[in-house]
Amino acid sequence: MSEKTANRKVVEGSYAVAHAVMCCRPDVISAYPITPQTHIVENLSQMVADGELDSEFLTVDSEFSALSVLIGSSACGARTYSSTTSQGLALMYEVLYNVSGMRIPVVMNVANRALGAPLNIWNDQQDAMGARDAGWLQIYVEDVQEAVDATLQAYKIAEDAQIRTPIMVCMDGFILTHVYEPVELLDKEKAREFLPDYKPADILDPAHPKTFGAFADPSTYTEFRYQQFEAQLKALDKIEKVAREFEETFGRYYGGLLDSYFVEDAEIVIVTLGSVIGTIKDAIDAMRSEGKKVGLLKVRSYRPFPVQALRKALKDASVIAVIEKDVAIGGEAGLVTDLKASLYNSNIRMPIIGFTAGLGGRDITIKDIRKIVAKAEAARKSIETEFQFLDLRTEIL
Amino acid sequence: MAIKAGSLVEACSTRITKTGAWRTFVPIFDHEKCIKCSLCEIYCPEGCIHQEEGLFVPDLDYCKGCSVCANECPRMAVTMVLEEK
Repeated sequence: MSEKTANRKVVEGSYAVAHAVMCCRPDVISAYPITPQTHIVENLSQMVADGELDSEFLTVDSEFSALSVLIGSSACGARTYSSTTSQGLALMYEVLYNVSGMRIPVVMNVANRALGAPLNIWNDQQDAMGARDAGWLQIYVEDVQEAVDATLQAYKIAEDAQIRTPIMVCMDGFILTHVYEPVELLDKEKAREFLPDYKPADILDPAHPKTFGAFADPSTYTEFRYQQFEAQLKALDKIEKVAREFEETFGRYYGGLLDSYFVEDAEIVIVTLGSVIGTIKDAIDAMRSEGKKVGLLKVRSYRPFPVQALRKALKDASVIAVIEKDVAIGGEAGLVTDLKASLYNSNIRMPIIGFTAGLGGRDITIKDIRKIVAKAEAARKSIETEFQFLDLRTEIL
Repeated sequence: MAIKAGSLVEACSTRITKTGAWRTFVPIFDHEKCIKCSLCEIYCPEGCIHQEEGLFVPDLDYCKGCSVCANECPRMAVTMVLEEK
């Protein structure tokens, strides 16, 4: 067994993430169990009980309390962790803004799941997409290994003194949280070297009283928001830098802000985020062997939204199809809207069509990807539908 | 005042952050009518009515103009007046 594969084990995605969190040594963990996040926090609770992880694990009455606990803990200098999904994330909504506004660098795995009503526990990304403007950084991962690695990277990004912004590591519920696959678990010592202890410059300390999240009247509120805006822009460089540092230590790289698959010479580029990327890569392999110039651009960092990197990556494409597991009811959907906005003031012009797919856990298949590519090809001549629900079952409507 | 990320400030920040700016009506005290019962001081939700040389006065740096003092005064010694700035 080579050194590179020494920690490779077949484990459940949730265990792999919990193991990664353990390697990040949070001082305080607070979470409320909710499917499909439950196994992550159950595993962490077990690690604390077994003495493997020296953390305070606070069980609370709700997600609202879980995240609120972390505000207090982090303000006192603790490294903090939580995880949630769907309705739980929705219940955190008010606290999300308090955490980001007070510049509390919480790291939280979101096990992406549909929102009710109608009640549905399966995967899509409406939950995290709905929180895109809450001031948190958001990384969307493709597989369990990336979820593990991004969790460690997340602390380094969030806790940077120039950034100090909370971060969601978004992983598709069930598809990634409940899958068993071979994963290179993090080495504790290497993780410690990569991520030193958290030592914030300002903490709540009775000997030196301070106020976090003080009142701001109209004369200063705008400037506080501007500081958050600026910190997210600084995170653009930091995310890329941390991904490269991670590569140096651990030998794995997934792109910083974006990753691409056959984009360089592609005429048709599919832009997406999350675990559907695996399926799309398989579809691209098949289509490439048939001579179709199809490529994939993965948006890894959705917040900050990498405008310049997207312009650079997409400048030569002749048509773009965006596929995403969310819908902005009354508008279109998050990624396609942001992507179109990012190109408008540049001289890059090509048809862009958007698809919402995989809502409430509906599978996205290779056949679906072929369908999207066919529609994108047609859109090169004229756009028939700018935004649509893929595979809509009209027979039951 | 320079601001720090995270609305982080030294303790007792309201000593420099005046919060009375959104007042529309200002309480005017008629000290002739006042019987020194202290009800205005007790009821003031901002705790900003205090005595100066034996007379009850509001601290206008923090008074929001809520009218509670005028409402509670048994002698109708407090009148709310539109404050033009």
